[in-house]
Amino acid sequence: MGPDAMAVSAAAVRGGARPGGFLSRLNHSRNMLGLIFMLPAAIFLGGFLAYPLGLGLWLSMTSAKVGDPGKFIGLANFIWLTEDNVFWLSVFNTFLYTVVASVCKFALGLWLAMVLNNHFPFKALIRAIVLMPFIVPTVLSAIAFWWLYDSQDSIISWVLLGLGLIDHHIDFLGDPWNARWAVIIANIWRGIPFVAITLLAGLQTISPSLYEAATIDGASGWQRFRFITLPLLTPIIAVVMTFSVLFTFTDFQLIWVMTKGGPVNSTHLMATLSFQRAIVGGSLGEGAALSVAMIPFLLSAILFSYFGLQRRRWQQGSRDD
Amino acid sequence: MTDFSRRDAIKIAAGTALAGGAAFKALLDSAEAFAQESQWKPEKGAKLRVLRWSPFVKAEGENFTALVAAFDKVNGTQTRIDALGYEDVRLKAQVAANSGVGPDFVWNIHADNHLYPEKLMDVTDVADWIGKRGGGWYPIAELYGKRRGRWNSIPATIGGNLLNYRISHIKKAGFEKVPADMAGFLKLMQGLKANGTPGGFAMGKASGDGNAWCLWLLWAFNGKVVDAKDNVALDSPETVAALEYAKQLAQTFVPGTASWLDPSNNKAFLDGQVSLTNNGISIYAAAKAQNMPQIFDDMDHAFYPIGPVGRPTEFHSNYPYYAYRYTKSPQACKALMAYLMDTEQYNKFLAGSVGYLSHVLKAYDNHPVWKEDPKRLPFKDVAARTLPFSWAGSLGFSSAQVFADFVVVDMFAEVGTGSKTPKQAAADAQKRAQRYYNT
Repeated sequence: MGPDAMAVSAAAVRGGARPGGFLSRLNHSRNMLGLIFMLPAAIFLGGFLAYPLGLGLWLSMTSAKVGDPGKFIGLANFIWLTEDNVFWLSVFNTFLYTVVASVCKFALGLWLAMVLNNHFPFKALIRAIVLMPFIVPTVLSAIAFWWLYDSQDSIISWVLLGLGLIDHHIDFLGDPWNARWAVIIANIWRGIPFVAITLLAGLQTISPSLYEAATIDGASGWQRFRFITLPLLTPIIAVVMTFSVLFTFTDFQLIWVMTKGGPVNSTHLMATLSFQRAIVGGSLGEGAALSVAMIPFLLSAILFSYFGLQRRRWQQGSRDD
Repeated sequence: MTDFSRRDAIKIAAGTALAGGAAFKALLDSAEAFAQESQWKPEKGAKLRVLRWSPFVKAEGENFTALVAAFDKVNGTQTRIDALGYEDVRLKAQVAANSGVGPDFVWNIHADNHLYPEKLMDVTDVADWIGKRGGGWYPIAELYGKRRGRWNSIPATIGGNLLNYRISHIKKAGFEKVPADMAGFLKLMQGLKANGTPGGFAMGKASGDGNAWCLWLLWAFNGKVVDAKDNVALDSPETVAALEYAKQLAQTFVPGTASWLDPSNNKAFLDGQVSLTNNGISIYAAAKAQNMPQIFDDMDHAFYPIGPVGRPTEFHSNYPYYAYRYTKSPQACKALMAYLMDTEQYNKFLAGSVGYLSHVLKAYDNHPVWKEDPKRLPFKDVAARTLPFSWAGSLGFSSAQVFADFVVVDMFAEVGTGSKTPKQAAADAQKRAQRYYNT
């Protein structure tokens, strides 16, 4: 190390301690500090969210196949999909699945949350048990439902046969509409705890004094629900339902284990069809286009909850009128 | 299908090494003899990762693990075997091909070596050597293994998919054996249905069993997805004839086959709920393993009937070995392929597979596995009888996509469930197939 270099490094060392030096300035610069603290999160989000999303978008506009990066083909994959009946069937199935399952999960989840919000013995234990369907790995619960719905060995058919209510096994997964309802029920069963427990947390933040006041004023049970519970729960409902819709719309495992999209594609969702085409079939570009086609629907669900439910004026301190 | 995990395989390997001292010694001797003679010398200290499908029959898995252990011991290599469900093996192998990271050596199913041929090692020298040692390859093996005159995989074996039936039930329906003609077969199925002991074939997303019977039926009437020049030819009078037949056939099925996935018919057959279905020998093997004489004594296997086309039109699955170009141990991969396919080892493999997996080399037509139990016998000929799933066109992306997207199975299921007429179904399937062939 030459004398100059030594002088420089000595200055740097002194500079570090001196007020107004780099480290000290850094210490006092909120913007710089903010940037540094945000950097890990930004890298994480960039690497694990933005990059795959960008790659997916890019793939959807290429002719990529397994082992072949393909070339840019613009919107050809999307035009291709619009001419595909199976794709439109999957769009229909996805909407049916999402709408019916989300509405039921909300209604049943809210009801369950209100039941759990009461005082009863072993409250904590029962609340924990309610979470079970959510905790069990999806694949396991899907296999359990697959057995419940088996065309020859279904316990549901067996019990109903034993009771003399039906005279042959119910074809749960073999008939297109039966299969659709069957997978929707499995999804509802799995999704209720998430809605219920989150809404329960919301319910517990509502001050009991509001209910007391309303009761003194002679409000009925329905009125207390309609004018106290529901408005105060709206922000959390918005969040929960946004998540619930997103999870349901992008569901994959339940379907893949129980029907793989059958019978005759009547339970294929956009996610399962995308997997079948991209990974099993090897058309990465077409599969990516199928996934990308889900984005507008997902975005509109998010925007709906954001503008429609989240930004109520009372949340910003003014009256909600 | 019998479940068999990698952990089991490791346990068994350990068991073999400890307890089966003498048996393992014999394996070591033959591994040693092979190593002396082999032209492929594994790289020193090579570490191999082998990805294979979870064994359908336990003995085959034990045997494979033990053979590889002997190979390692003699050659000083270290081989790790990962076993996954066969559909997952396909996915993992594809990801490896795309990313250049993953297993060195894959034992896959079907013809994925035609999807990413430029990622795979040329193994022409190994294939030629094996062919010479084994009395020549069956033509189907060459078709699956070669691309543009070079071998990029070793088609190790063919997994048969034939008719499984209950002997007493078809007797009761008035048949001594399964008729070899289409009209007779339909009569048998109608008889079984009338007796309350129906048969059934999978009409759901069963990539193995569903494709096997649907392709057989399509081809039996000389229908085909594409002609020899890969022009889509699905919407034809022949296809419609096959679908008309399927419509009558499906009326004889046990209810619920539209939901059947690959394991469903095994379960239903073992349960006594279905008297005739299509499957590998795994139902029979499972009945033996679970000591169910009421099933295994009363069941047998038969070829599919022959249609108007006048020759067998069966579909049995290919299970190829291949290695990636990115491997650091190409010689070890080649040596392992040649070793597994060499006489001593292949004899053990066939014996351990008890008919589930059949030979692709002509020298094994007289292997004891086909003599020990007459109920295995039909599986001896599957390599000679099968057509490639790409029939009558070429193997590659388009045929793989049509197969993976269930175009043919869906077409039969649409007719079988009555949701479309044969003409409509054929026309719609034609459009779906064209999507893959016209790009």
